[in-house]
Amino acid sequence: MNYFGWLFDPAHWSGPQGIAARLVEHLGYTALTLLIAIAVAIPLGAWIGHSGRGGFLVVGSANGLRALPTLGLLVLLAGFIGIGLLGPLVALVILAIPPVLAGTYAGVRNVDPAVVDAAVGMGMRGRAVLLRVELPNALPLIIGGIRSAVLQVISTATIAAYVALGGLGRFIIDGLAVRDYPQMIAGSILVALLAIVADLVLAGLQKLLVSPGLRAVPGRRGPRAVPAPKTADPAARAA
Amino acid sequence: MIEFRAVTKRFPDGTTAVDRLDLVAGAGRITVFVGPSGCGKTTSLRMVNRMIEPTSGSILVDGTDIASRDPAQLRRGIGYVIQQSGLFPHRTIVDNVATVPMLLGWNKRRARARAVELMELVGLTPELAKRYPAQLSGGQQQRVGVARALAADPPVLLMDEPFSAVDPVVRTSLQDELLRLQSELGKTVVFVTHDIDEAVKLGDKVAVFRTGGVLAQYDEPGVLLSRPADGFVDSFVGRDRGYRGLSFVSSDGLPIGEVVTVRVGQPGPAEVWTLVVDEERRPLGWFDGRSAGGGPVDADDLVPGGSLYDTGSGSLRAALDAALSSPSGRGVAVDDEGRVLGSIGADDVLRALADARRAGAAV
Ligand SMILES: Nc1ncnc2c1ncn2[C@@H]1O[C@H](COP(=O)(O)OP(=O)(O)OP(=O)(O)O)[C@@H](O)[C@H]1O
Ligand SMILES: [Mg+2]
Repeated sequence: MNYFGWLFDPAHWSGPQGIAARLVEHLGYTALTLLIAIAVAIPLGAWIGHSGRGGFLVVGSANGLRALPTLGLLVLLAGFIGIGLLGPLVALVILAIPPVLAGTYAGVRNVDPAVVDAAVGMGMRGRAVLLRVELPNALPLIIGGIRSAVLQVISTATIAAYVALGGLGRFIIDGLAVRDYPQMIAGSILVALLAIVADLVLAGLQKLLVSPGLRAVPGRRGPRAVPAPKTADPAARAA
Repeated sequence: MIEFRAVTKRFPDGTTAVDRLDLVAGAGRITVFVGPSGCGKTTSLRMVNRMIEPTSGSILVDGTDIASRDPAQLRRGIGYVIQQSGLFPHRTIVDNVATVPMLLGWNKRRARARAVELMELVGLTPELAKRYPAQLSGGQQQRVGVARALAADPPVLLMDEPFSAVDPVVRTSLQDELLRLQSELGKTVVFVTHDIDEAVKLGDKVAVFRTGGVLAQYDEPGVLLSRPADGFVDSFVGRDRGYRGLSFVSSDGLPIGEVVTVRVGQPGPAEVWTLVVDEERRPLGWFDGRSAGGGPVDADDLVPGGSLYDTGSGSLRAALDAALSSPSGRGVAVDDEGRVLGSIGADDVLRALADARRAGAAV
């Protein structure tokens, strides 16, 4: 039989349990997770990086949390707080925090100390140094952390289906239950595609947000930086 | 004016970086801190803008004890230039220069206009305004650092080895530029270096530190070269200090002798050396009458002259060097326009030096 037929059957795309609706659910879980993870991890990572206090926390927690099996955690949480969105959400947030926290911390830590010294020496206060100097310079690593969190969350959000929620995981789990392999394959392909598209969008966002000065290769002059000298010959201009 | 009163800095690990420093950096003057690595120059400098707090003693800027000032406010009134430039990589050059005006609450337009003005002042073309620091050479970055420090027109400027990371040619031009700027702006500058030549060139007064943060000598550069306080200063000031000290002896009263001149195309005198000049009496080179064999002076036969001794801005060092580097043994003295006034010999310089010593100059 045709393994991909399921995916391209228009009948599977519409309706409350169709692909479009599941895609929106999946994106919703991902967005909510990222929002919470960013709200926790960026301020924490920025403060630890800026103050230089508690760096061991970042390294320790990042490694510890990374080692937690997400599925096991979800089952455990379901036992404690019951079935519902909260369990998978907590599990996904715990998965998303380490890369964002590590990226922010490393980004702020890695800002050239001479740059920070100059900022303080010119009379910037701590907040201004963090917001106007350290974070803009840390942005490439922060967005890098977010991108890797997004990839992990999109692929792991399939577990929401375990606790009777929606998302693209439904196709995989339901397909498995009835041995409908084309449906499972469709689910897997959709998750992978979604991850790729999300990463491309974030890459575009990174280009927009990160200062060109941080991309400039030392020694290579911008091609448009120096305009060609205007002709000095008035006769040529009059012609 | 910056006044150090018995300032001591001891770090928590027990290192004494600065030991009871008493020193006054004059208003509108360049004061240079010089000494071997680790002698406390940077620590002394950074205590002035409270980047480091003294363990004891006090520092006064224009009569006010800085301990009573809010550090951030204090720093906005003190220009700060460091060796690694510390430019903000994510901001354009013009926005880097506009940093302190923006902190002081100027609107963006005015701050940027001021920044462009400053860029021109330090010799950067306005085309560089939209570039990022990574797109500039090291020398250009240091100029931006100086422009940034001067942007809000602070009366005090602190500079920590600002030119030590660039090549010698660029360094010399940056030093000359700083002297030119200073003659226009008259800031109270504290300049840190470990290069005694730079110290002597830039400083109105030079403070020599020794390891352990002790001030070994604080004097004008000419005095430092001619009368080092002790063996440490003597060895630190280094070779040729007698010769270099001549830079600080005025050549007023140095007698200027006659010199025979000739123009290109005229018959060459049979004397050994004749100075060849152009229509404006500017020196072109020397004509060697013996080897030319009596023909007219040919522009291709000229022997290049040595350095010129400009009587307007003259020191004995320039006069002596002109004499020593000239093929004829006679240095060429010129006026401000570069026209030949006459010639001087090395023995004239030595006689003038002896006279200056008798008159009590510190040589
Ligand atoms: N934060 C610190 N903690 C402990 N010791 C320090 C600290 N900063 C500087 N020192 C020590 O204080 C002394 C003076 O240091 P400082 O940086 O002022 O030297 P410097 O004269 O500027 O030297 P250099 O020419 O190498 O820049 C050195 O012995 C240095 O090791
Ligand atoms: Mg230093």
